[in-house]
Amino acid sequence: MANYTLNINGKKQQIDVDPTTPMLWVLRDHIKLVGTKFGCGIAQCGACTIHLGDNAVRSCQLPISAVGDQKITTIEGLSENGDHPVQQAWLEIDVPQCGYCQAGQIMSASALLKRTPNPTDEEIETAMNGNICRCGTYTRIKKAIKTAANSENA
Amino acid sequence: MTQIKTQYNRRSFIKVSAAAGGGMLIGFSWLNGCKPNSKEIAAGLPVPKEWFDINGYIKIGDTGLVTIFSPNPEIGQNVRTSMPMIVAEELEVPWENVVVEQAPLNTGFYQNQFAGGSLSIRLSWNALRMAGATGKRMLMEAAAKEWGLQVDEVTASEGVIKENNGTRSVGYGEIAAKAVGIEIPEEVTLKNVNDFKLIGTDVKNVDGKKIVTGQPLFGLDFQREGMKLAMIQHPPAFGMQLVDFNEDEIKNMPGISDAFIIDTTIAEPGMFDEVGFKKLVAIVGDSTWQLMQAKKALKVNWETTSELENSELHIQRLEEALVSGEVEETRTDGDPEAAFKKAAKVIERTYSAPFIAHNTLEPMNFFANVTDTAAELIGPTQTPEALEGSVAKLLNLPLENITVNMTRIGGGFGRRLYVHFGLEAAAISKKIGGPVKLIYSREDDMTQGTYRPTYRSVYKAGLDENNTLIAFSVKGAGLTEGPVFVNRFPAGTVDNYLAQRIKVATNITTGAWRAPRSNFTAGAEQAFLDEVAELAGKDPIDFRLELFERAIKNPVGEKNEYEAERYAGVLKLVKEKANWGEAKQGVHRGVAAYFCHSTYVAEIFDIVMKNDKPVIAKVWCAADCGIVVNKDGAKNMLEGGIIDGIGHGTYSQLTFENGAPKQMNFDTYQLIRNSQVPKEIEVFFVDNDIDPTGLGEPGLPPAIGALANALYKATGQRHYHQPFNLEKQIIG
Repeated sequence: MANYTLNINGKKQQIDVDPTTPMLWVLRDHIKLVGTKFGCGIAQCGACTIHLGDNAVRSCQLPISAVGDQKITTIEGLSENGDHPVQQAWLEIDVPQCGYCQAGQIMSASALLKRTPNPTDEEIETAMNGNICRCGTYTRIKKAIKTAANSENA
Repeated sequence: MTQIKTQYNRRSFIKVSAAAGGGMLIGFSWLNGCKPNSKEIAAGLPVPKEWFDINGYIKIGDTGLVTIFSPNPEIGQNVRTSMPMIVAEELEVPWENVVVEQAPLNTGFYQNQFAGGSLSIRLSWNALRMAGATGKRMLMEAAAKEWGLQVDEVTASEGVIKENNGTRSVGYGEIAAKAVGIEIPEEVTLKNVNDFKLIGTDVKNVDGKKIVTGQPLFGLDFQREGMKLAMIQHPPAFGMQLVDFNEDEIKNMPGISDAFIIDTTIAEPGMFDEVGFKKLVAIVGDSTWQLMQAKKALKVNWETTSELENSELHIQRLEEALVSGEVEETRTDGDPEAAFKKAAKVIERTYSAPFIAHNTLEPMNFFANVTDTAAELIGPTQTPEALEGSVAKLLNLPLENITVNMTRIGGGFGRRLYVHFGLEAAAISKKIGGPVKLIYSREDDMTQGTYRPTYRSVYKAGLDENNTLIAFSVKGAGLTEGPVFVNRFPAGTVDNYLAQRIKVATNITTGAWRAPRSNFTAGAEQAFLDEVAELAGKDPIDFRLELFERAIKNPVGEKNEYEAERYAGVLKLVKEKANWGEAKQGVHRGVAAYFCHSTYVAEIFDIVMKNDKPVIAKVWCAADCGIVVNKDGAKNMLEGGIIDGIGHGTYSQLTFENGAPKQMNFDTYQLIRNSQVPKEIEVFFVDNDIDPTGLGEPGLPPAIGALANALYKATGQRHYHQPFNLEKQIIG
């Protein structure tokens, strides 16, 4: 076990865990932030996507010992009132079916728009190919990303 | 307007009220996700100080806020929005004033509390309408009584009751207290479907905000003070059984509080009970990561109890069964043998599909808290009633001492019709004497079984010299069920017809997977008909319409399951919308239509070639599912079904070696991804006032056939065996 001080959603958090513990389980089991989802455990489905700094990363493959003082943002901290342009677009297009993958989708999409404010279809596909939606809401996901891009540029 | 018996009497509502008084219905809120959040209540209605229980579906707050209980499990089919919409329509309450809560399992009041067979709306349509209409009637009676009027002298609309010949009016919130004591009407009037204001509109998912902000909604998110976590280890192969394991070593690992063997065998198992892995290792601890480490350190002795099968053996068994297997169901019209002999042209093709896993993105999990006298279960189940019954048997407890509450469910697809994970959680909780949440890893989930069976079918058609279909036969085998529906299309459209269904044994466990049997049969049959139409020199839509014409005018046989006019209707609609027949440079088109879950769906796929690769530019979809409750939600369902069909028809398969699945996670098991889906999907509905039919499943089956047919036009290659292409990604 080891002690870590993390910066999660703008708050300092003290955690005492095994250094190999992935951030996914630090968030879910220890900090009780369960918006970040478990899907595969091997960085293949994207359900556990969070932001490390400005980058979308798979938290199931990110050991707590590798985080250091980098800022972590989870779906709960993406916006204060759930009104990030990507979240708003998701509601406008009414993307979710079961909803389980959507937090990860939104974290990938918001990181994409931060670095590429006007993504092409191909850029969207490349950025989002790591996020599985088992219900098949992909066409709505694309539409929502474009909606968010347009609203951010307006 | 329809007069309808409520089938409710005073007693049934007293029962509900008693349940409510006991804390079951009112104030049920074990997760924040189930509580109406005051900030989110639209229209600025304040949170009520007092709630009044109108009936088991409706409670009304003193501010006019209305809670509608959604009875069925929510697996992504959006019933938590559409079921309450039906109640709200008949209750005459503005949707902005409605909050939705998940009802717990209550077999004494609600009927059909399950998510399966695309039946939620279909089976509860009348009950939900009556619940709303009964509530409205009671509120109207209460207002009329206050004003000294008869009930037919008042009108209810938009949550307000007005006297017809006067100026008095009262809101539902103000009169609700007085409605509680009103005698339950034994007959109520339902609205004319043409007067629907809410049904048929686009209503957004009631949980949308909570989903996009990561609020705890799912079984995996459930927390309880003092709760332990647990994981299981099942045998690595079908045909193996647990003997023992390094218990002491595992118990001494960091964060592990207990490790033991559980056995979920029950007397007289039902259709949703586990038939494969019942004896498992259970490990209990405080953190998922530590449990995962303990699982890695497991040293288990397994014994082989039956044959360890390979995929090659499965294919061999299917091929043999098609020659000499025992036919479990058959239909014969006319004399197919003689007709094939005299046919001018005969075509025969074989189709197959592999085992596939459900792979709900939320792995199996369940919370259980078992004491000596009672059991509480909370989690993602499509069949809470089956779970309750099986847990009662496992724990030897009376049904009334078991409560089951449903969380939002991260995908169903049939996987959560099966209740073993709930039983496993209960067995673990009983052993440790406290609350526990069981979590499957993805590997546990994907290798547990309950798969879509593997299928193989042979289709044969005979045309006469005028290119009229005079003979048709299909013989289909599957492990563990044959894929043929003997009374479905093209039964009824051809004089000489033979359909045979053959079952083959395996120790791989199988189960219902979204649109069981149809998920394979539609693709095979519709791809075959495309070849038959080509052989006849006819347009594939015209060819099908000719067959339906026959079934409309002079159907063969009497047991045909479909209505030929509605079947033809969706084909005509999609043909018109897509301008079928109008050649477009570089666009290659394929069509398919299918009937299942009482719904008719036709799809046209437009494929274009890009860098020598086929890309699905657009999918056109027409559906006849009767009255559409939530239009945009319904479109979402069909879009998802189409993408699911493309994905599993193209990419996914499970293969076996020595009884063990070779694919255990998403690195080797391919699911469709963002770049592989159609660039556009457009959905149209046949406008009618028939009671709603299924929608969760029917979008999927025709997609595989329409894709195969469009791929043929684009590449010249026919596809007979799913998945169509594993090595080369053909889409995107």
